[in-house]
Amino acid sequence: MSFDVQKIRNDFPILSREVNGYPLVYLDNAATSQKPKQVIDCIVDYYSNYNANIHRGVHTLSQEATDAYEASRKKIQTHFNAKEAYEMIFTAGTTHGINLVANGFSEILKKDDEIIVSAMEHHSNIVPWQMLCEKTGAILRVIPMNEEGVLIMEEYEKLLSKKTKLVFVNHISNALGTINPIDEIIAKAHEVGAAVLVDGAQSCSHIKPDLQKLDVDFFVTSAHKMCGPTGVGILYMKEEWGNKLPPYQGGGEMIAEVTFEKTTYAGLPHKFEAGTPNICGGIAFGAAIDYLNDIGFEAIEKHENELLKYATEKLLEIEGMKIYGTGPDKTSVVSFNIEGIHPYDIGTIVDKLGIAVRTGHHCAQPIMDFYKIPGTVRASFAFYNTLEEVDALVNAVKKAKMMLS
Amino acid sequence: MTIEAIQEELIEEFSMFDDWMQRYEYMIELGKSLPLIDETLKNEDKLIKGCQSKVWLNSEMKDGKIIFTADSDAIITKGIIAVLVRVFSDQKPQAILDANTDFIDEIGLKEHLSPTRANGLVSMIKQMKMYALAYQTQVKN
Repeated sequence: MSFDVQKIRNDFPILSREVNGYPLVYLDNAATSQKPKQVIDCIVDYYSNYNANIHRGVHTLSQEATDAYEASRKKIQTHFNAKEAYEMIFTAGTTHGINLVANGFSEILKKDDEIIVSAMEHHSNIVPWQMLCEKTGAILRVIPMNEEGVLIMEEYEKLLSKKTKLVFVNHISNALGTINPIDEIIAKAHEVGAAVLVDGAQSCSHIKPDLQKLDVDFFVTSAHKMCGPTGVGILYMKEEWGNKLPPYQGGGEMIAEVTFEKTTYAGLPHKFEAGTPNICGGIAFGAAIDYLNDIGFEAIEKHENELLKYATEKLLEIEGMKIYGTGPDKTSVVSFNIEGIHPYDIGTIVDKLGIAVRTGHHCAQPIMDFYKIPGTVRASFAFYNTLEEVDALVNAVKKAKMMLS
Repeated sequence: MTIEAIQEELIEEFSMFDDWMQRYEYMIELGKSLPLIDETLKNEDKLIKGCQSKVWLNSEMKDGKIIFTADSDAIITKGIIAVLVRVFSDQKPQAILDANTDFIDEIGLKEHLSPTRANGLVSMIKQMKMYALAYQTQVKN
């Protein structure tokens, strides 16, 4: 299928709206993606035609809903090339998945064990591990990064030892767009017997990870960054870890047998899916994955790289422009500042011109501290963005600069 | 001048502009005339929480009136706090507590009133009223 960005844009109702009297230019895709009508229709269809609770009822609606939910799980498994569908656990999103794993490790870690995280993590990837370390007496180590916003792998190797029990790293930095060498990170961790959890929240809308090939132990992501609904995500865990980790929450769905003396837990994935899940969200996540695959990840990557290259070139023409995250492996995120101007001021002006960008520390304060800046302006592109929209951004930034300096 | 009179004055000044860009430029100008907080007071205590940019606000009591000084590292935010300082500074605590803030809508800054806005206009007003309440309580005691 040839890539026709105008045709793709027609799938997204929101892209035709106006903001402050200007056509919306949505460049905050790293925060959340917009939804195509295929996904919206799927949600409407679920609630209109077969809404029911799953895994319990024998009635037709419940069967239909259960089938659709499990078919979606299967679809997600195939997409990420996991070995088994039951290794894909539905969560409320990436943060939920991380907390679930952190909770499991609180039973495994002992005093002086070590956890390694990267210097470019989102707050949701730092706080659960700090809490875990406080609870268990384990120690948190940090892989440093260089000026380009790239992890220093030699330092990572030095941190690894027999004490390392878990390595946690994001696939792509939300604040910088850097793609981390996760295959190498995983292989090195396994050499010392440590498990690896990869946060794919930022990567899965751009690239298609092959979980078996990566040999990763845990992988988390959110549907809403991939054209799916909010409030649903996936936690992949290798079967052996699924059997090893204790359940996270107690409730319905996660049990095999309950008496007041003892409860036996259900097997994977239900052991980690207590209570009624986000049924509609899970089903619509599958629809989103179908949608992305119909366009094709190769075509998506090619188009987004074009946007990134063009935006970087054009923005750098503006005097005083500084881009953060300049490594060779990058996704379509441009995080920048203009010398002498607060990112918040730029964000306010460009918003008035109908352009949605993110300003601030992007929930990654350690990165901002590293560069000694209060924050950045971040434009993050998706496959439905156009070169004309990049022009609109660049013009808006120029206008903001004129007003603000 | 009373708070209401200053608000009227601001509404009139802002009504001269046709579009948001001119209004923002004017607000940025107003930011330049903001009575600045003493550099030595720019510490954690004077920072207003809930702003994406930094806003420092100080208050002093002089002849029964509150004098505000402030600063921000972002210039639009500095303009916003300048508008507020112009309205609320050199006023009695009770007058500040009684004042409504409908004028913000009328000068075309309504979008900044949303509590989700990161610039913290709402937090700034709240902080000014808190100071007023604190001084008011002192006066009564």
